[in-house]
Amino acid sequence: MTATSNRRGWLKAGGAALGGLWLAACDRIGQDPKVLKVVSSAEGLTRRAQRLVVDRKALAREFTPADISPVFKPNGSIDPQDADYLAHKATGFADYRLVVDGLVDHPLSLSLADLRAQPSRTQITRHDCVEGWSAIGKWTGARLGPLLDKAGLKKEARYIVFHCADTLEQTLDGSGQYYESIDLIDAHHPQTILAYDLNDKPLPVANGAPLRLRVERQLGYKQAKYIMRLEAVADFAHIARGGGGFWEDRGYEWYAGI
Amino acid sequence: MANAEKVLVYRHAGVTRVTHWINVVALTLLLMSGLQIFNAHPALYWGARSHFEQPWLSMTGELRGDSAVGVTRLGGLKFTTTGLFGVSGKGEMLAYRGFPRWVTLPASQDLADGRRWHFFFAWLFVINGLVYWGTNLINGHIRRDLVPTGKDLAPSNLWHEIVTHAQLKFPKGEEARHYNVLQKGAYLSVVLILLPLMVLTGLTMSPSMDAGFHWLLDLFGGRQSARSIHFISAALIVAFIVVHLVMVLVSGVWNNIRSMITGRYAIEVEPQDATGGAAEPALQGAAE
Repeated sequence: MTATSNRRGWLKAGGAALGGLWLAACDRIGQDPKVLKVVSSAEGLTRRAQRLVVDRKALAREFTPADISPVFKPNGSIDPQDADYLAHKATGFADYRLVVDGLVDHPLSLSLADLRAQPSRTQITRHDCVEGWSAIGKWTGARLGPLLDKAGLKKEARYIVFHCADTLEQTLDGSGQYYESIDLIDAHHPQTILAYDLNDKPLPVANGAPLRLRVERQLGYKQAKYIMRLEAVADFAHIARGGGGFWEDRGYEWYAGI
Repeated sequence: MANAEKVLVYRHAGVTRVTHWINVVALTLLLMSGLQIFNAHPALYWGARSHFEQPWLSMTGELRGDSAVGVTRLGGLKFTTTGLFGVSGKGEMLAYRGFPRWVTLPASQDLADGRRWHFFFAWLFVINGLVYWGTNLINGHIRRDLVPTGKDLAPSNLWHEIVTHAQLKFPKGEEARHYNVLQKGAYLSVVLILLPLMVLTGLTMSPSMDAGFHWLLDLFGGRQSARSIHFISAALIVAFIVVHLVMVLVSGVWNNIRSMITGRYAIEVEPQDATGGAAEPALQGAAE
């Protein structure tokens, strides 16, 4: 009996020690910046491979009204408390202006009425959260491509940065403000729109009122909400922490096609 | 009396051995980082989108009085799984999480890093698989050694293999030179079905790949179905690995491991002049 329980004790202690070592080793390797840099190199490979095999104009699947999620699950900021945003919200976004500037020949300032008068597109598409869930919604919005043509992108412009009204994390240097960026391939994709309607109604606050991005071939965190300004840039290293987006600054891939 | 002799036969080609061990590393890290990703939303659905009110599998935590209880739901069934699924960790580490710290990579909740590990090893796994498939289709390994023959599939042989396997009696002599039908079936269904299924269902979760290849969505019945099949397929691969490791242990662990490192596998053969006598139990007993 004693021998058995002794042996059991040893096995248990040995197992716990081995388990502890395993965890510690995994964590040490997993946290090593050099190792993380190596595993992060897969992102460039994935982006190039997907751009190679997927046609630039290939459309994301569009669904039927019967497929629409009864509630389009909001995520991230769902009720921004930033003073400027609250002021717009109080007046029903009557004084809202979308600013388009940066590396453009003709900077624009557009009201919601102006945006609704732009070439538009309506699409029922699937939204894929990086967490793993999906929701389907019907979006109507101004096509980004024609809008950028109107502003006239300068030759050096390579990315469009979306500056948003919401602060998702309180930081001292202001890097908690939400922002996103996409390249010109996605900016000119026919399904890339600045959506003002969800399911035939003006976009609710929780889903990004008054204007949000739909870039249908990437994950949810690319679909910036509460958009205030589009900036055409040659690169985004100088913005916030340089990752090209709020979540990119916190370790997520800039290319969110998978 | 002539004894059974041990001879080393060349069992595994270099490509098979190298790709096997790369797969050991890749699949381990893919599984652990995959569970990290699963933990970001530990619920599975069928169809194109998430029907949040009715996942077919979910791992959640709920408060009962002062204590956190892990609850796993499978279809209409509900299990308390505190410590394993839904709620796990000791002391300050106690947390609501699908799978516990010791099977996820990184250990702590970190979806961003989990994804980076997953996609890096997914590439390694895919390239490794292409090397395996490319060389073994060309050199005939798959057709010659893995595809069951008509004789293999005869009901009497199938029954014989199942019974002897269940009794943990393993083939000796000439028979041990080849995979038996159960081995062929297991290996072939893993390399032909489960591993490619992991890649295809994984790609179906990519919104970019879905845009380029709508047939992926039709093949698996939508993105959320693909995510479910990815999970089930991973579970089946884990089950295969468990059985595989048990079989390695009980059928001569050093012989098996050596064969996957050096390629040489020892089998017992009867000397030519003793083949007649070998069938007699008494002699066989004496030989041992």
